[in-house]
Amino acid sequence: MSVLVYIESKNNKPKKNSAEVISYGKELANKLSCELTVLTINIDESTELNKYGPDKILKISDNSLNIFDAKKFADIIFQAANKFSISHVILNGGVDSKYLAPMLAVKFQAGYVSNVIDLPSKLEPFTVRRTSFSNKSFCDASIVSDKKIISISNNSFGSLENPSTPEIIDFKPNVIESGLKQESLDSAKDQITIADADVVVSAGRGLKGPENWGIIEELADTLGAATACSKPVSDLGWRPHSEHVGQTGKPVSTNLYIAIGISGAIQHLAGVSSSKVKVVINTDPEAPFFKAADYGIVGDAFEVVPKLNEKLKAFKAENN
Amino acid sequence: MKILVCISCVPDTTSKINFTNNDTEFDTNGVQFVINPNDEFGLTRAMWFKEKDGAAVDVINVGEQTNDSVLRKSLAIGADKALRINSKATDSFQVASYIANYAKENSYDLIIAGRESIDYNGSMVPGMISEMLDISFVTNCVGLEIENGTATAEREIEGGKETLKCKLPLIIGGQKGLVEESDLKIPNMRGIMQARQKPLTVIEPSEIKIKTTTNKFYRPEEKKEITMINSDDLDRLIDLLHNEAKVI
Repeated sequence: MSVLVYIESKNNKPKKNSAEVISYGKELANKLSCELTVLTINIDESTELNKYGPDKILKISDNSLNIFDAKKFADIIFQAANKFSISHVILNGGVDSKYLAPMLAVKFQAGYVSNVIDLPSKLEPFTVRRTSFSNKSFCDASIVSDKKIISISNNSFGSLENPSTPEIIDFKPNVIESGLKQESLDSAKDQITIADADVVVSAGRGLKGPENWGIIEELADTLGAATACSKPVSDLGWRPHSEHVGQTGKPVSTNLYIAIGISGAIQHLAGVSSSKVKVVINTDPEAPFFKAADYGIVGDAFEVVPKLNEKLKAFKAENN
Repeated sequence: MKILVCISCVPDTTSKINFTNNDTEFDTNGVQFVINPNDEFGLTRAMWFKEKDGAAVDVINVGEQTNDSVLRKSLAIGADKALRINSKATDSFQVASYIANYAKENSYDLIIAGRESIDYNGSMVPGMISEMLDISFVTNCVGLEIENGTATAEREIEGGKETLKCKLPLIIGGQKGLVEESDLKIPNMRGIMQARQKPLTVIEPSEIKIKTTTNKFYRPEEKKEITMINSDDLDRLIDLLHNEAKVI
């Protein structure tokens, strides 16, 4: 029995959520009294991962894997899992890991549970809690097959320091052919993504038009936040679909979610419910979002937001 | 071109989520079931392939008889044929196996599913089918064009988009962007009448062992009372976020 954690990388560095998923893997390995192995693909410097307690790090360096391909990567994790007698594979909640996970599950003949938020409450049968109904509820799910795969919701478990001196193993897998070929990649390099952000500033139809988003972007800039929007705003084409937060858009599980001019339809609230602290700014004191938030301000976004931005800038200048 | 659209039946997005039978089952009382929104974008995209290139479009669901009304709606929107695999859908591996087994015998050029269902949110079924059939798979798919047997698909990634090319057959996990919300087809009277004459075939599956179970549901904890802050007192908000919530 052994636990394998696969971490995603960006620009040859571990992605931010690696700490959380390795911490989870370590706690699980302790529960199972077994080793924790971390698999990295094209990550140059892995020392920072040692903080979270891996026993082994499998390092793959292969230029043909610089472009993510779910089929190839699923096969590589499968090869690693077989070679190192892995029983439990842990993935993060990122889009790439969730892309490859179901393919890996079929290859590995493993039961797979996604959106897991906690350590197993029971080992026989292996039972974990996950979100369901688009964050409107939770459920306990059990894996009844011998081999198991779970993916952890971002920001649900946190990270725990548990330093170790892992054995580093160079791993050279076979890279299989994939029928998919990347034609182009259109990705904002410096922009903070919703998945990675600690703070998300989100705005709705209360902003009255796309030309008014300057105040939202400025506030996000001050807070080092990602920007997001409500469904009507993306449907109207004011903001890109990738910013749409809610049941049919993206889920947001961030530390601080600031909703500006968003009334809070049930679908939107579902999408943001796993965010830790919610602030609502709305002119309508009856807006349903006030019932689901931690802090509320009744006021006009065009007055409140620039003022808040100035004060936050001063606060940041003083505290950094 | 032959297209198979996988349809999941889910509670309408505005439904109140309650549980019954000692919190082990979703309470369907008073709940309206609809085509899973991510699947509905895909169904409309399939209709465009039908209108443009004369593609044949089948829809498939794994579920019980109560799902037939949702399948009839898919026929009224324009699908040619509906199939229901008669089994309660409880485990993604089992659902994917049933659909893959059917698809294997009926060689589709394109299989369209949703990125995830809005009830279980597994994001599993299309990826599993792709592996079972050994065909290409693009999830979070926000754009799809097909020409001479080659597909160009756009995948939404964190902070951007990736464009991928492959030969058919292909399976996608679709989402909004594949078509827009305003493009969604609503059945008209003629479609509803025609749907009554179209075949809805029920298939009894040969049992496939499940790998996961869902045991018990929990409602989120009650939110604590909101703290209201006067719009003239933004210093207080900053103070609370810093000292009480500790998020800035």
